Amino acid sequence: MAGKVTIVDYGVGNLRSVARAFEYVGADVEVTSDAQKIIQAERLVLPGVGAFGHCMQELQKRQLIEAILQFAESGRPFLGICVGMQIMLSIGEEFGEHKGLGLIAGRVQNLSLRKNWIATSSTTPRNDDKIILPVIGWMNLKKTRDWQGTIFNNITEGSSVYFVHSFAAKPDDVTLQLAHYEYDGMNITAAVSKNNLTGLQFHPEKSGLVGINMLKGWGFGIRDSGLGIRD
Amino acid sequence: MNPVRLIARLDIKGENLIKGIQLEGLRVIGNPQEYATGYYNDGIDELIFMDTVASLYGRNNLARIVEYTSENIFVPLTVGGGIRSLADVEEMLRAGADKVAINTAAINNPKLISEVAKTFGAQCMVLSIEAKARGKGEWEVYTDNGRERSGKSVVQWAKQVAEMGAGEILLTSVDCEGTRRGFDVALVKAVTDAVSVPVIASGGMGKVQHLVEVVQQGKASAVAMADILHYRRAALPDIRTEADKAGIKIRMPEREN
Repeated sequence: MAGKVTIVDYGVGNLRSVARAFEYVGADVEVTSDAQKIIQAERLVLPGVGAFGHCMQELQKRQLIEAILQFAESGRPFLGICVGMQIMLSIGEEFGEHKGLGLIAGRVQNLSLRKNWIATSSTTPRNDDKIILPVIGWMNLKKTRDWQGTIFNNITEGSSVYFVHSFAAKPDDVTLQLAHYEYDGMNITAAVSKNNLTGLQFHPEKSGLVGINMLKGWGFGIRDSGLGIRD
Repeated sequence: MNPVRLIARLDIKGENLIKGIQLEGLRVIGNPQEYATGYYNDGIDELIFMDTVASLYGRNNLARIVEYTSENIFVPLTVGGGIRSLADVEEMLRAGADKVAINTAAINNPKLISEVAKTFGAQCMVLSIEAKARGKGEWEVYTDNGRERSGKSVVQWAKQVAEMGAGEILLTSVDCEGTRRGFDVALVKAVTDAVSVPVIASGGMGKVQHLVEVVQQGKASAVAMADILHYRRAALPDIRTEADKAGIKIRMPEREN
């Protein structure tokens, strides 16, 4: 991967491993909390760990929300990772309701409410009906819609990637869900995408070769294929 | 069944990978970086580094090992041993750890658990429990690498730490550790029955059948392996194939082209 990747640094979590994974695939990595650099980025990565509300608060504190929204509108590739993906949605329900960036209409909801995550699969829930949370582990990615021209362009369906979360995104428009996985009989959002925007619930930087290959392809597929979307 | 994580546990003393029996009689195995890289190439799901000495000297070495590992290995990394404060946690996360494992300091100051969870997220707070049997169906929490008694009941403590925000529990049976005679399945079952956070079973794996037992009967979400890997008693790809055959759901990693 040639070219520059800008990672938003807003005091949330350790950005080193995300930066390192992009360096590994040959990107020129910039880590910044400067609004101008964010607006002008070639490709923007928004990482995030911890609570939804806390992440939004930290962005607000550094006055970066406007810059991120402006970048998102530019049409250049935008990638949210983990809570960085969750805050792309309109509302988060972790520790009360919090407003997100609203790039994708929808809510981020608790996985402990099984009814929110309609089971359509053959996986059998544990017979004691206890949901083990957070979800921590390697789950198989399933196609919710076509992956051509997306970050999963070169990824085989069923590849496993590393998740750790207790909340997940639920876009209002189900066609914005790009991939999901099955857990304890639930269907959980693994990735969303809309035009130049991609959000990954899992950690590509912690998902071995599969994750590395995704990052390698990201930003090219989207542009080359003329946005590869349905909505 | 959800996929079970296969974790390599590397106990560190100074700059060496070491292994003991019941956390004692430590033997030097080799260079931790080399072993970690080998396990990564073989498709390990996660790595745990445990500093067994937990001295300041040991910690400096540990940070260096973590730094090197996180630069080159793209799977989650947990670091434990001698972590006593938010500043210690931050140092390890900055070195490249994804999670920290805390035992002794949490016993002395349980508030540390919620502080770490609140500051860095529950996903990075792994509560480490060293358990020794004290009668049938009853286990006691030990600290300082299995040396000191705490008087606490393992099951009660596990419930408490899960409520306080621990994201997962690393459960080591001191009795079984390094013996290769299998996990303490009853211990693991008692804890998984009591909490709804993931539990990593550690201590005693000598063959794949032990993994199958602790997952099927003990309901462990993950299995930590040390002796069996470090002494090359079994190779990871073979462990995976055998576990798969026994009906355990595990990750089948992609191979390098």
